[in-house]
Amino acid sequence: MSVVLEKLSGKFGADIVSTHSNFGDDTALVRRERILEILTFLRDDPELRFDFAMDLTGVDYLGEEPRFEVVYHLYSLEKKHRVRIKVRLHEGDPVIDTAVSVWPGINWYEREAWDMYGIVFRDHPNLKRILMYEGFEGHALRKDYPKAKRQPTIGPEE
Amino acid sequence: MAEPFIVKTSDEKLDLQAEPMLINIGPSHPATHATLQLHAKLDGETILDLEPEFGYLHRGFEKESEAATWTQVIPYTDRLNYVSPLMNNVGYAMAVEKLCGIEITERCKYVRVIISELSRIIDHMVCIGANMVDLGALTNFWYFWKPREEVYYLIEDLCGQRLTTSYTRIGGAMADLPEGWTDRLLSVCRGVIPECIADVNALLTKNRIFIERTMGVGPIAPKDAIALGFTGPCLRAAGVPLDLRKDEPYLVYDRFDFDIPVGEAGDTCDRYMVRMEEMRQSLRIIEQAVAQLPGGPINIDDPRFILPHKAQVYENIEALMNHFKFIMEGIKVPAGEVYSATEAANGELGFYIVSRGGGGPYKIKVRPPCFPLFQGIPHLVKGQMIADLIAVLGSVNIIAGELDR
Repeated sequence: MSVVLEKLSGKFGADIVSTHSNFGDDTALVRRERILEILTFLRDDPELRFDFAMDLTGVDYLGEEPRFEVVYHLYSLEKKHRVRIKVRLHEGDPVIDTAVSVWPGINWYEREAWDMYGIVFRDHPNLKRILMYEGFEGHALRKDYPKAKRQPTIGPEE
Repeated sequence: MAEPFIVKTSDEKLDLQAEPMLINIGPSHPATHATLQLHAKLDGETILDLEPEFGYLHRGFEKESEAATWTQVIPYTDRLNYVSPLMNNVGYAMAVEKLCGIEITERCKYVRVIISELSRIIDHMVCIGANMVDLGALTNFWYFWKPREEVYYLIEDLCGQRLTTSYTRIGGAMADLPEGWTDRLLSVCRGVIPECIADVNALLTKNRIFIERTMGVGPIAPKDAIALGFTGPCLRAAGVPLDLRKDEPYLVYDRFDFDIPVGEAGDTCDRYMVRMEEMRQSLRIIEQAVAQLPGGPINIDDPRFILPHKAQVYENIEALMNHFKFIMEGIKVPAGEVYSATEAANGELGFYIVSRGGGGPYKIKVRPPCFPLFQGIPHLVKGQMIADLIAVLGSVNIIAGELDR
């Protein structure tokens, strides 16, 4: 097991549901209750120092339970290592704490995950749609949103 | 040099003792280059607040990809950063190859380095040229358009297209380099590009108008740039030497001798200087890559990933069936998830791919370098003048194709 995953498992124990390093990518599936603590630890621990939140996205595993997954990709400028943190969310309660207080740059990624998957980021300063318009119905990247579905284009109000 | 304008942000203490004015820039505006929209809150000409809006070019790349085969996604990647499409092709192919465990041939690695660096040069040329047009320096634009055109001739010879290249394939490329291509490449890299860079350098770098319009305009501290997730030239201009070509060498970048230029203030001038130097460094890499370019096949020898030769498809039933299944069902990629990042012209271009073992991706997420850069625009321009916004926007090089996907 890599240093990152070892430190993470050592510190948070049962809150780390599973880990793997398939394809060379260190990955940890964690419980959502302590996500903020885990992310802050990853950023601040002197041996980890994940100062870049490179990416955040949702994944819709339709038919599985829990259905949604939030995926963080972190990078450390100093240590030159990466880690992927994943959190599973139930369909009826797709809510997770926002990480804007940890990395301000994650703001728009969270908005995109809300826009595309309907994942709610609790206490987000400005959780509104980002690629779609406000009147758009549904969340386009969910697997049960038909690819060919069309919605009316909007223009200036008459 | 003009001092950065300090604004009193609370509304009752405006300089002009007036209401702040809301001005809407874009989505169709000559200075926004793409379909970007900015809601600016102004006090006179000073920007109090700025809210970027985008999504006007959203084409559903990620949704479309989920219904395509692995190979069919390649043409979609052209349309991400359409100023340097070859780099997107390379980034995507590398991500899928990581998932398949493919080690591409030595020759292919060198070819991918060469086309990536060519793309980086033309991308930076477009950025600098267009940025200077916004500042009223049209000449540089034309000086950079000539070498860019020469590079487009090269790209056309390489894959038959100028813009929508779709050059890479999983496990190789659509074709090997054409006859005599490297000689033409070298004559462009030696005869055309350095001269144009020198011309623009002579026109701009010590030009007082240019310096006063760019120095101290839109600065960012390294700490803020990191927190906002900046990568690429904009991060390096702030003095952070992060470049995946050095820090996580992929392809064969560890075999070349090149430098990573960094700036100090992270302002528009530094972004310009970093890009100018990166073009020179890219030329160095191309020279070395062409000198070391090995022979041999461009594609791996594996019928699971590479189409059978056309002559065989016409003559033999196994090849015909293989070809049919390859096109209709797609190549078989093992289940799993990968994140693969390359250093594109604007910064880290990442692909997060989830496969469930089918002929196409279950999910693709692109991490476009422009996304955090555009998010950081308000941070760069708050308290500065509205005319500086245009200078900053051009220097950050937002490409709506990859921003909106």
